[in-house]
Amino acid sequence: MNPTVARLTLRGLLGRRRGALLLVAPALLLIISAIASRSSGDAHDLTVKILGQLDLGTLVPILGLVIGTGVIATEIDDGSIVYLLAKPLPRHRIITTKLAVAIGVTWLVAAVPTLLAGLLLYGTKDGVALGYTVAVLVAGAAYSALFLLLGVVTRHAVVAGLAYALVWESLFGNFVQGARTLSIQQWGRAVAEAVAGDTAIGADVSLGAAVPLLLVVTVAATVLASVKLAGLTLASEE
Amino acid sequence: MPQPPDARPADTGVIHDIGYRGYTGPRLGRAYAARSLFTQSLRAAYGLGRSGKSKVLPMLVLGAVTVPAVIFVAIAVALHRDELPVEYAGYLSNLGLVISIFLASQAPVLLSRDLRYHTVPLYFSRPITRTDYVRAKFAAMACAQLLLMVAPLLVLYAGALLGGMDFAHNTGQFLYGLAAAVLYALVPTSVALVIAASTPRRGFGVAAIMGYLAVSSTVAAIAVGLSSPGTGGSDATQWTALISPNGLVEALVNEAFDLGAGFDRRHAPGGLGLVVFALVAALMVAGSYRLLLRRYRNV
Repeated sequence: MNPTVARLTLRGLLGRRRGALLLVAPALLLIISAIASRSSGDAHDLTVKILGQLDLGTLVPILGLVIGTGVIATEIDDGSIVYLLAKPLPRHRIITTKLAVAIGVTWLVAAVPTLLAGLLLYGTKDGVALGYTVAVLVAGAAYSALFLLLGVVTRHAVVAGLAYALVWESLFGNFVQGARTLSIQQWGRAVAEAVAGDTAIGADVSLGAAVPLLLVVTVAATVLASVKLAGLTLASEE
Repeated sequence: MPQPPDARPADTGVIHDIGYRGYTGPRLGRAYAARSLFTQSLRAAYGLGRSGKSKVLPMLVLGAVTVPAVIFVAIAVALHRDELPVEYAGYLSNLGLVISIFLASQAPVLLSRDLRYHTVPLYFSRPITRTDYVRAKFAAMACAQLLLMVAPLLVLYAGALLGGMDFAHNTGQFLYGLAAAVLYALVPTSVALVIAASTPRRGFGVAAIMGYLAVSSTVAAIAVGLSSPGTGGSDATQWTALISPNGLVEALVNEAFDLGAGFDRRHAPGGLGLVVFALVAALMVAGSYRLLLRRYRNV
């Protein structure tokens, strides 16, 4: 961790109006939860749909994408990364600092609203709210690391990340059973199920597979991003 | 020994007439410039005339929307079915996600880069006006979207006719599909262009457009899905489609042409709903166009 890099990254991420834009998604989640908690429908079904499908399935990947690429890809894109790389700092420390900022911000804008929404919708029964919060915590960290790596590797990080999060995880995950094994969202669900108990949250991946995979993806993405940043070539936009 | 300066011959500096003349021939004018901007933008949306890397995504998406159509036709012909296994308009809404990804990734290509590299003032130093610029970019993106959706529809239609299926039925359904394609190419596109024009950062534009389209349609889908088990009151939740451009078009087309089936069918609720949905769609397009014009009034 380097406090100066962290401060600059945080300012780049939240400065001007961008911070307010990041708050749109959690605000939306809370508003929908507040409306839904008044409805007469089955509370459990409602919670699973809103927290599982909307929050963990759509909002968390998109927030992770904006934040994960926002901490480094924008700097690489406009070329200001060279001023940072010219400083006598190990490249891996730049990566770990930026990743820590990304994870921290993701947790703040995704996990906290999830806990609140869960409590609004379902109270403290069965630990569902806590389960989904833990799922968002681990999935948010893994998404941040993965999308930060994409930001270092390719100039089309956002499109590549969207293709993974929406096409692979959502579209293929719905039809092809095997695609769910390689999905951060499903690993998060597995952890949530372990926290909340057996029946509350459906998960397709066992906990024994999910936890090592989450760790491997997060650590490998960080290491690979450090290696890639060490040999970064600044290409012009085609 | 060098001579003192004033002893040199005086007039050595001469301005030669090298025959420079101004251009006096015909000029192609404003309409030609606007047309060129339109064709160049349309080509840019598919990466034509650009590097190989920028062709990858448009061509992948074009493949992803066309290949399933080929497979459907192949299945229907191989099994000697007398009907395609999918409706033309329904096919488009099933592939809505892929089409949205194309829109999200290419709308910023057309607009954000001009803002970021400050090339917009250069356009306006030519005869084209601000309205021409907005109109050309808007038309280019809408046409790019339309081409993307017409390609699989044509594959389905040609396949159905070659497979000896009913001509009248398929032509009618194909025309419904075309109407849906035009609406899909106008309503979501106009909103996406406004978002793309508001940020000079391509990455952020892509995420913002996709975020809006994906989140709004997920919210609408959840609302419709929740009410479907109990049949009573399911019409009320159909109104939530109004927040999602893709859901709005799907609901409007399904109700207007009496398409779609199944318990989670999206439709505009009743005659009033039909009018309101059509009005909202028209408002979205017109309002976005006005916003774009205002955005470029002073760049």
